[in-house]
Amino acid sequence: MVAITPLRSPESGSLQTDKAAALAALESMLAIRSFEEAVDGLFARGLMHGTMHLSIGQEASATGVCAALKETDYITSTHRGHGHCIAKGADLTRMMAELLAKQTGYCRGRGGSMHIADTKTRNLGANGIVAGGIPIAAGAALAQKMRGETNVVVSFFGDGATNEGAFHEALNLAAIWDLPVVFVCENNKYGMSNSTELSMRVEKISDRALAYGIAGETVDGNDVDAVYQAAAAAVERARSGGGPTLLECETYRWKGHSKSDKNLYRTKEEIDEWKAKDPIERFQEIILSSGLVTQSEIETLIAKVREGTRDAIKEASAAPDSDPAELLSSVFREAN
Amino acid sequence: MTDRIITYSEAIREAIGQAMEADPNVFMLGEDIGIYGGAFGVSGDLYHRFGAERIRDTPISELGIVGAAVGAALVGMKPIVEIQFSDFTAQAMDQIVNQAAKIHFMLGGELSVPMVLRAPSGSGTGAAAQHSQSLEAWFAHVPGLKVVLPSNARDAKGLLLAAIDDPNPVIVLEHKLLYKTSGPVPEQMYRTPIGVADLVREGKDLVIVATGIMVSRSVAAAEQLAAQGIEATVIDPRTLSPLDMTLINDAIAATGRVMLVQEAPKHVGFMAEIAARIAEGPALFSLLAPVKRICGMDIPIPYAPQLEKAAVPQLEDIVAGAVQLMREP
Repeated sequence: MVAITPLRSPESGSLQTDKAAALAALESMLAIRSFEEAVDGLFARGLMHGTMHLSIGQEASATGVCAALKETDYITSTHRGHGHCIAKGADLTRMMAELLAKQTGYCRGRGGSMHIADTKTRNLGANGIVAGGIPIAAGAALAQKMRGETNVVVSFFGDGATNEGAFHEALNLAAIWDLPVVFVCENNKYGMSNSTELSMRVEKISDRALAYGIAGETVDGNDVDAVYQAAAAAVERARSGGGPTLLECETYRWKGHSKSDKNLYRTKEEIDEWKAKDPIERFQEIILSSGLVTQSEIETLIAKVREGTRDAIKEASAAPDSDPAELLSSVFREAN
Repeated sequence: MTDRIITYSEAIREAIGQAMEADPNVFMLGEDIGIYGGAFGVSGDLYHRFGAERIRDTPISELGIVGAAVGAALVGMKPIVEIQFSDFTAQAMDQIVNQAAKIHFMLGGELSVPMVLRAPSGSGTGAAAQHSQSLEAWFAHVPGLKVVLPSNARDAKGLLLAAIDDPNPVIVLEHKLLYKTSGPVPEQMYRTPIGVADLVREGKDLVIVATGIMVSRSVAAAEQLAAQGIEATVIDPRTLSPLDMTLINDAIAATGRVMLVQEAPKHVGFMAEIAARIAEGPALFSLLAPVKRICGMDIPIPYAPQLEKAAVPQLEDIVAGAVQLMREP
């Protein structure tokens, strides 16, 4: 079992001025980066099977949003979902075990990278279908409302998902029913190779909120505190009965869409420009220069996270492979 | 408690009402199910009994509706979705096939989707090709979905209550010509087990396996055949997934002849699966004649009444098929 220090809302209202919350947020971003770099390496060395979608460069949106959530709040995630899982508190060993096709993985080797769910941290699952999780999030939010619960549901998805019918149907349902849901669009500029310039006329994806009569906001998705602030406001709105919000986090994935991507649709200059806006370095500089944390505290955190990734790989590698003998189990749930 | 004679629609409504009274997690969502009472009148007065929260009218958003039901089911609710015509499930297929059916298995077995999706199926109302299909084979082909086709009022109630109890997604396809048919239905709550076929009629000469509206049509055909001295067994599988072959195999062993009747087009229809199971199993060696299928034509359902009737098996087609089967080989 390897998990990050749970994220927390800053008492000061800003991740930049609350030391414990800032360190937790930095740890989350570092852990996501470290996990995904390790996965990338394992894949390159032929030690990992299938495909995967890395969110390196996008760590601030997962982290900033989850920092605004309570433990009992739910999320739905995407094919690019490792960051959401980790930020919500998943066990990195079970994640790694899933990617390594082990019996102890979150899905017992049945789902892989694209299908990790974690009931304990109320992660209702990554999803291999673009926009597939958005109506599901609306439904989970409907359940909260019908039961008089105060939990909020966050649905993560990418820019590409906002051109799917499921996005539009779900936003409309959430709007008419005032559901406690926050729709978080991680706009990384490309739906696979198709840029937002080519795929939509609106200037901002958050403008699409207007069509449903709900709140919409765009934030710098590489600024973890800006993401946190906007998410906290949206979560509060949802929790207090104010209905859904479409929150757009502008960000960028450094790596290709998946393992087949040759980056033919974007330039090295563009990638470098975004690497210069690294959400992790930016946040480190801010909290270092303000004196909130020391260099050695950051170094300790980096070492801790690296060790966590190593432990996750080690523990996962030692686990038994997933077992074809039990393939027929869990097609259906047995009645109680 | 004695059975009353009520309609198939009333039986479904009674099942929903009783399930909602028994469990606050059960609710219904769909298009025009509220004040309107449902396109086929199935939800009727449920809106007035349970209110707008639990008899939840939705916009025309089949994908969104089913997705919302999946999400609600994932966190412990027991949604009953009504899709106004089963043809419109095409709009919602991602949530049915890629989400609801897969989540339990694909996500490792912790989460499940206890959702019921009801939809009126079949032809006979002059609604033409986009409102008249029999799509059961689509759903039966997807691992992770249970598929039931109630053919009478008693089963409509019992199978629906079993579906609501089931922790998995269950697709209930109700034939729209059956809604106004009546039959004896117990008043109390009872479950007709999913995955158990029904022996509707016993006869020594041949077995007719039929689904949906074709069950009552096959029974009527069997009465006519009896007048000609041919005694037919009629079996209603009731559940397509999981499929119970025991009754069918036993009946073939006893009679040596089998005719499979469905409204859906013949090509790759569900009866092809039953034929294959017969061919794979011990029943094959009991056959005195080849398996016969009486199915819908491989065409979209047409509008004109004479065309529509000609497109799917009628009573006389079943009778003629049985007579022919008795003459073979």
